[in-house]
Amino acid sequence: MKVIFWILVFPGFLFSSIIGMLLTWVDRKVTARIHWRVGPPWFQPFADFFKLLSKETLIPVNASRFLFLMAPILSIIAITAVGTMLFTMNFYPNMSFLGDLIVLIYLLTLPPLATILGASASKNPLAAVGASREMTLYFGYELPFITAIIITIIKTGGTIRIGDIVTYQHIHGPILYSVSGIIATLVALICMQAKLGYVPFDIAEAEQELMAGVYTEYSGFALALFKLSKAMMLFLLPCFLITIFWGGFVTWWAILKLLLLVVLIILIKNTNPRLRVDQALKFFWVGLMPLAVLGVILAFFKL
Amino acid sequence: MKDFRIWGLKKSPWVFHVAAASCNNCDIEILAALTPRFDVERFGIVLVGSPRHADALLVTGVINRKTLPRVIQVYQQTPKPCLVIGVGTCSCSKHMFEDSYNVVGPYDKHIPVDVYIPGCPPKPEAIILGVVKALQKL
Repeated sequence: MKVIFWILVFPGFLFSSIIGMLLTWVDRKVTARIHWRVGPPWFQPFADFFKLLSKETLIPVNASRFLFLMAPILSIIAITAVGTMLFTMNFYPNMSFLGDLIVLIYLLTLPPLATILGASASKNPLAAVGASREMTLYFGYELPFITAIIITIIKTGGTIRIGDIVTYQHIHGPILYSVSGIIATLVALICMQAKLGYVPFDIAEAEQELMAGVYTEYSGFALALFKLSKAMMLFLLPCFLITIFWGGFVTWWAILKLLLLVVLIILIKNTNPRLRVDQALKFFWVGLMPLAVLGVILAFFKL
Repeated sequence: MKDFRIWGLKKSPWVFHVAAASCNNCDIEILAALTPRFDVERFGIVLVGSPRHADALLVTGVINRKTLPRVIQVYQQTPKPCLVIGVGTCSCSKHMFEDSYNVVGPYDKHIPVDVYIPGCPPKPEAIILGVVKALQKL
């Protein structure tokens, strides 16, 4: 009973989706202020969500029906599991099990994978181009992202339990306050930008080139679920970063840290042009990967 | 529950721009309406790239034999309920192409149109007013 409450209401689905949608509004509002506009009212993401739920869901004639409708559900289930695990392990470090960090990394890779599956199932040429770009980008950012997490694992003495990482940071201070920690956070922040699909890495749904990219054929509740899972990602990925690098959710300061990270993401989003897919791949492998490896070497020397 | 759905539809109309062989003036005015000066995102209006995401179709230009099948196809691709808003004098009548062999007549012969916005081209204010009037019909 308690577990069901956790999954559906408090740290899981309902809580993450509401906070995620509010953060989407923060995103749109800050973007509007940067453009010198007024921006939408606070209930805008909720209005969008309920409107999409009330609309018709069209399935293309040639599409693989099952996969097309399963992809958004897979995405939302994965991200709900991330939210539930992340917060229960922050609040109750004893509930953490061996290897839950690896489980979380795998669960975080599922939403982009679901997007690729859904786009390929829809049999739309624009969605196919979007899916291929998303896949290329995915190979680009996943390697530096995991390398950045390895820095934390080395610094906490080889633990892969989130509860232990949070407890370690509670005693010894956050990982961020060291040279290798700064490098790891920087690398993970940029990879997070790509994971969220924001400018400069919004290559998969570049609206000037690909209309709506991977989401071209989606409508109605399927699109609503994709939008919702993206909103939850906007909330949970900074939370994941704070848990791993910046002390976890043990004090109320964490809320301020979360807002700071989200505003940072939005500022990066609004002040950069979009990269081409080959430039993005080169940036991740040639630019960020050596930096991450340098961080790993520094972490070995306890810097 | 029904009120709630209508509230959602009223507060977030996503528009898709169907340029059915217009002279580009109306298209430019639509783009002008989407600039920060008028800031239609205040009302939740967003320009989307795919007809599958759209709630309102802004159709511009006088429909001829070549574009008619495309316009009907885009209308069928849009999930219902959806609004159709004809922008420009061409959408209201045949305009100056009345005697042309190629023009197949006003829009409402082929697809249901909710609001017509006259003007050649209509001002951005007029387009926003037209969208608001279309939403009041719901």
